[in-house]
Amino acid sequence: MAAEGQTTGTAPGERHAIGISFGNSNSSIAYTTTEDKAEVIANEDGDRQIPSILSYVDGEEYNGQQAKQQLIRNSKNTVAYFRDFLGKDFKSIDPSHCHASAHPKEFESTVAFEIQDKEGDERSTVTVSEITTRNLKRLAQSATDFTGKQVNSAVITVPTDFSEKQKEALTKAANDAGLEVLQLIHEPIAALLAYDARPESKVSDKTVVVADLGGTRSDVAVIASRGGMYTILATAHDYEFAGVQMDKVLMDHFAKEFIKWNTTDPRENDRSLAKLKLEAEATKKALSIGTNANFSVESLAEGADFASTINRLRYETIARKIFDGFNRLIEGVVKKAGLDVLEIDEVILSGGTSHTPKIASNMRSIFAESTTILAPSTTPTAINPSELQARGAALQASLIQEYEKEDIEQSTHPAVTTVKHLSNAIGVLSITGDESRGVFTPIISAETAVPARRTIHINSPKDGGDVLVKIVEGGSHIKVTKPEPKPKTNGEKNDGEEDEDEDDSDDDPEDVREKVWKVGNVLAEAAVKGVKKGGKVEVMINVAGDLAVTVTCREVGGKGGVRGNLSAP
Amino acid sequence: MATHTQVSLPLPFLPEGWSAEKDFKAIGSLTAATQRSIEPVGPHFLAHARRARHKRTFSEDDRIQAQENVKKVEDDDAGEISEPEDPMMLSRDAKDWKSQDHYAVLGLSKHRFRATEEQIKRAHRKKVLRHHPDKKAAAGSTEDDSFFKCIQKATEILLDPVKRRQYDSVDEHADVEPPTKKQLKEGKFYKLWSNVFKAEGRFSRVQPVPKFGDENSAQEDVENFYNFFYNFDSWRSFEYQDEDVPDDNENRDQKRHMERKNNNARKKKKNEDVARLRKLVDDAMAGDERIKKFRQAASANKNKKRLEKEAAEKKAIEDAKAAKEAEAKAAKEAEEKAKAEKESGKKAKEAAKTAVKKNRRVLKGSVKDANYFVSGDAPASAIDSVLNDVELVQGKLDAEETAALAGKLNGLKIADEIKGVWSGEVKRLIGAGKIKDGEVKTLA
Ligand SMILES: Nc1ncnc2c1ncn2[C@@H]1O[C@H](COP(=O)(O)OP(=O)(O)OP(=O)(O)O)[C@@H](O)[C@H]1O
Repeated sequence: MAAEGQTTGTAPGERHAIGISFGNSNSSIAYTTTEDKAEVIANEDGDRQIPSILSYVDGEEYNGQQAKQQLIRNSKNTVAYFRDFLGKDFKSIDPSHCHASAHPKEFESTVAFEIQDKEGDERSTVTVSEITTRNLKRLAQSATDFTGKQVNSAVITVPTDFSEKQKEALTKAANDAGLEVLQLIHEPIAALLAYDARPESKVSDKTVVVADLGGTRSDVAVIASRGGMYTILATAHDYEFAGVQMDKVLMDHFAKEFIKWNTTDPRENDRSLAKLKLEAEATKKALSIGTNANFSVESLAEGADFASTINRLRYETIARKIFDGFNRLIEGVVKKAGLDVLEIDEVILSGGTSHTPKIASNMRSIFAESTTILAPSTTPTAINPSELQARGAALQASLIQEYEKEDIEQSTHPAVTTVKHLSNAIGVLSITGDESRGVFTPIISAETAVPARRTIHINSPKDGGDVLVKIVEGGSHIKVTKPEPKPKTNGEKNDGEEDEDEDDSDDDPEDVREKVWKVGNVLAEAAVKGVKKGGKVEVMINVAGDLAVTVTCREVGGKGGVRGNLSAP
Repeated sequence: MATHTQVSLPLPFLPEGWSAEKDFKAIGSLTAATQRSIEPVGPHFLAHARRARHKRTFSEDDRIQAQENVKKVEDDDAGEISEPEDPMMLSRDAKDWKSQDHYAVLGLSKHRFRATEEQIKRAHRKKVLRHHPDKKAAAGSTEDDSFFKCIQKATEILLDPVKRRQYDSVDEHADVEPPTKKQLKEGKFYKLWSNVFKAEGRFSRVQPVPKFGDENSAQEDVENFYNFFYNFDSWRSFEYQDEDVPDDNENRDQKRHMERKNNNARKKKKNEDVARLRKLVDDAMAGDERIKKFRQAASANKNKKRLEKEAAEKKAIEDAKAAKEAEAKAAKEAEEKAKAEKESGKKAKEAAKTAVKKNRRVLKGSVKDANYFVSGDAPASAIDSVLNDVELVQGKLDAEETAALAGKLNGLKIADEIKGVWSGEVKRLIGAGKIKDGEVKTLA
């Protein structure tokens, strides 16, 4: 763990741990109830999504929503969008989002902000590490106020591409805020854990896409979830398509409308721009719930008030490029994992932007019908996407807070976490033992970490008898069936008055795609004799850490059975 | 897991004659596995960690060792170093974005239409890190943000699939000029044209595009290639070169006029492009030795076929003639053989006849030698009846029996012995039912 040597840690019995999600846009905090349920904590303003912003007025510190309002009048002393600067040098930070607040600057080997954070006119240089400490302190204080106990430790979520240096910097900033970092866990994993920890969810083997669509970045991960253990197969990180770009679309839309009635462009004045931005975000959020939303700003520019409305359809049209960008990003990472969309069992939409209904409906059409799309607009029981990470972190905190620091470090050591993963599925053939015609049923999925054990029950022929259990490896393939080709329109297209639209393939009949198994390596054959009429056969596969395999077959309810071993490759 | 997956498709029957010790046959082993990191999160992981640790303590060395072969999921950012920035480019004015090389602005000159969306995003981020005006301002420099605007414009176009196609359509930097005569004289025909068509192939709606190939390409592939390019389905379009349409509502007529003008220009360019490609394919084909080779081979093939046909006809005639001759010869031989056989048969018959005659003479002689089985001079009646009987017996005998009988009688001089032989023979004939008992009295 990154925390090595940073802190001695609190004795397990003294800990009051919470889960923290700390994003560039928002932070949130969660705890677990006595029934081990994770709950997100509202701060003193009643917010569960607490903007990761600090603002200083006459030496007084504001955070969250109150600090966000300061972006209009006090932007120079307001620090926002700083999480990704932690543990980085000035050369490698993207300052774009800080344009309307305090600008980051180079300070020693790190990044700092020059703000007036004390009474008087003196400006001080505050490092990003110090800002982070202050933000975490505020969060811990809110949690302490809520739970009535001094919060002193936390599990914090981080993006999957956070470097060791960034993790160290975050851990140190947390320590400085009086928080022992029990563990830093990956954001998409926290989201997945939040879903998997629900009492109604069963442990199963599934391949999951977690799309974390935030304010300044979108991060997507493909995760193999096997028997409750998680392995990340591929990730993608995107700074071009995220929540702020959607705000921008609405800002431009309403700015243009404003210009129609007035002479100035509100985007050319910092204060007007800040107002426009705040209201655009509010309108965007309203459009996630309603089909119509208001946009209204007092004294937007030149002292003129502005009020307008927009409906969801219009919004979805003007923001289409961003939605398409999300689609391509998500499809791209599935491909990067060497998979096809048909092989994804579950899509978890996480992060504030995931409230947007259009994104969920796009996922619905990209993925197979059998794929679960976990988003508020497609699944009524979905968890609030803004709360997933903090909840997951809180759940993990409650799992490990009883352990000694040393114990946690050893358990998360790479010697423990680095394990072999199966390249292919292992399964059994039905109907016939002929490899070219038998129907493959997987028993253990590909990308399962070993050691692993799985058991299936499989039917025997109608009248029972002696049956063959043939164990093989299987690889999944996508079978594409081309539809009847349409007669091709001859020669050049007549692109008369209309622009030739790029998606003129819309009316082409689509290829029919399905996932099929291809039988690979034959591993073993076993005979189960004298199966009763209507009897079932139990097949158990046990793969050891060195890939040696034990196969056990017997009639369900029968005695004895056949057992054999395959040596490690 | 508590509940097991249920599979309804039944297992196959055990094949006839399948047998194995303890009913289990180990056949293979698992394919090699991938080393990956599992996430140290969740209750199931804790159980795993407990098992994996076995109360051991791991060191820093163990960490390094464990991480050595792990499959990475995060890309190394440092890997992609952007190309050097041309000072001329850095001083560009963003207003001239139409003439800017968007790929070069992002440091992707080498990739162009091949750049993936992810590459473009990374390239953009790299440029933002370096050129963001706020960073420059923070560093005390007051440089204008013009190049940053160029970066933003390039990114806007390249990350919009529609706009990117329009730009790629007119991206001359990705074009490969057709080889000149001089270049072709120096050889490398296949390499030069390959590059041209590889570049042209980027406009094809149908992917993948067949390759130009080389001197060893199969005729089918070469024909395929030319067919493909003669029926090229191109997405290339020319909106990018439109003249600006006024964006206000005042000048409606002017606007419509411009739009019409642009549309016509696009169509014209598109037609020119179709013609250009056609000419390109014509030119390549005209110089393509493979086409000549295939033609020659085809005509040689035709000639060969003709010669083969003639030879075949000639051979057929000869064969027929030979067959006829052989047939005649065989007939003649058969005839001769039959004749010879016939002749030899006649001889044998004659020989047999003579043998029978001779043997008969022995038979008759024998009764004479036995004095017709009387003592003293034999009366004519006795001679007659004995000879009659001899003839009767003779009539019942075939040549072989006659010879056998003659063999027995030959050399006998004593009447009783002769009589014994004869009576034996008569008895045999009676036994065989050839003569009746008492029919032959004198010889019985
Ligand atoms: N109901 C909603 N509908 C649409 N967008 C929303 C909604 N709620 C929040 N958002 C948007 O989600 C974004 C914030 O996402 P989130 O809270 O996940 O931030 P974050 O994890 O800090 O993001 P990042 O680190 O990428 O900036 C903002 O752009 C916000 O406007």
